[in-house]
Amino acid sequence: MTAILEKSTKEIIPSQEMIPEYFRITKTQKDTHDTFTIELEPPKNGFNFTPGQFNMLYMFGVGEVPISISGDPSDRNKLTHTIRAVGSVTRTMQKLKKGDFVGIRGPFGTHWPAEESIGNDIVIVAGGIGLAPLRPSIYHILSNREKYGKVVLLYGTRTPNDILYRKELEQWRARFDLEVLITVDRAASDWKGNVGVVTTLIPRSHFDPFNTVAMVCGPEIMMRFSVQDLLKCGVAVNNIYVSMERNMKCGIGFCGHCQCGSTFICKDGPVYPYNNVKDIFIKREI
Amino acid sequence: METLEPLLSEHPFLKGLDPKHLQLITGCASNVRFDAGQIIFREGEEADQFYIIRNGKVALQIYTPGRGSIIIDTLTEGDILGWSWLIPPYQWRFDAVAGELTRAIALDGKCLRNKCESDHDLGYELLKRFASIVDSRLESTRLRLLDMYDSNP
Ligand SMILES: Cc1cc2nc3c(=O)[nH]c(=O)nc-3n(C[C@H](O)[C@H](O)[C@H](O)COP(=O)(O)OP(=O)(O)OC[C@H]3O[C@@H](n4cnc5c(N)ncnc54)[C@H](O)[C@@H]3O)c2cc1C
Ligand code: FES
Repeated sequence: MTAILEKSTKEIIPSQEMIPEYFRITKTQKDTHDTFTIELEPPKNGFNFTPGQFNMLYMFGVGEVPISISGDPSDRNKLTHTIRAVGSVTRTMQKLKKGDFVGIRGPFGTHWPAEESIGNDIVIVAGGIGLAPLRPSIYHILSNREKYGKVVLLYGTRTPNDILYRKELEQWRARFDLEVLITVDRAASDWKGNVGVVTTLIPRSHFDPFNTVAMVCGPEIMMRFSVQDLLKCGVAVNNIYVSMERNMKCGIGFCGHCQCGSTFICKDGPVYPYNNVKDIFIKREI
Repeated sequence: METLEPLLSEHPFLKGLDPKHLQLITGCASNVRFDAGQIIFREGEEADQFYIIRNGKVALQIYTPGRGSIIIDTLTEGDILGWSWLIPPYQWRFDAVAGELTRAIALDGKCLRNKCESDHDLGYELLKRFASIVDSRLESTRLRLLDMYDSNP
């Protein structure tokens, strides 16, 4: 009997992917009033991922949440996550300190088409915490800069105090081979930057729409309107990629929590060509 | 003397306009410059102009007692600043302040208003073009009212 049970369980539960591994926190950093970044020490043989992929982060006794990897994919000795504290699990995570442990399963999911876009101009449109899942892609593109045409980063957030990775954005802005435009929804009169939604930056930036790959990540409304404006300025629908973020539980296409029609966001996404999910974008109450 | 007509005719806002209307508009146009921090107009003042920004940055602000001035929009190269000249009671609704050295073409709204009254084709063309600007600013304002970055990852 036991043998039969073991066999059937093994068949149903896909191997090690369901079992979290302990990772030790080596650094924590407060980014904004509600967002923080943790760095974790990977296993001895390092941690490999592709920009856009996510991990399931386990707080034992509290719960498990999907969080994108926000670090440099070429640095295998550091695993980085940027998290916005919104609910029970992420608020508990906010209290984590150096030396604490987090359970990790992953990496899971699809990735941004950085390799496939070689030779094109790249437009990265990020809204709010959506900059975190795009950051690995920015690192990758910048370390292979000569392989791409113009590279533009458009970032929108609520107020100047909500700007993520502030120092790094300043460094990127100083580069001649990267155009960085930032906008906020509202600001006091001492703010010298742009005010307005992120879509207003699209016509202001310089890229060849007919030879551009766009990577868009943020709240769904922001992605919807950004895609419309990218299309309006001439970017081909097949060259626009978005990252979908819906409910998740198993992360491996097993439980059905993340299912939207015929697609499972955990394994067919989170990064999709816009064309493949445009119907989901306009469907209510999925 | 070099006129502003070539510049105006190439601007997306005026592109495709009947040459005779373009000529009329050019007659109401002049080059202006604002230093960083200079107030272009203030809420409540008579709105008798609009501007096509050539370069620089303009902040639209609203003054709130206790909170000071809040920026609600910024306009840059190529943007159109101001439509209150076209809609009664012809008063500015916000303050406009140059965020940096800004060069623009100023168009005399009072003069254009009179011309629109006597030439309804011109009036209709301008109204159509301003309506699309008002539409995109309305959409952008609504999106911001949704506070979209707060509601989802
Ligand atoms: C593929 C994928 C990648 C993700 N990557 C990241 C990432 O890199 N960084 C990150 O911070 N988050 C990311 N998220 C979102 C993150 O998984 C959720 O914010 C998290 O699951 C919330 O869990 P919780 O238990 O803290 O909140 P819950 O207790 O589940 O939620 C509390 C309340 O907050 C609302 N809520 C949930 N999420 C958010 C949110 N993000 N913003 C505002 N309100 C919210 C819920 O509707 C609920 O009302 C990702 C999600 C997916 C699917
Ligand atoms: S999270 Fe379980 S199927 Fe996708």
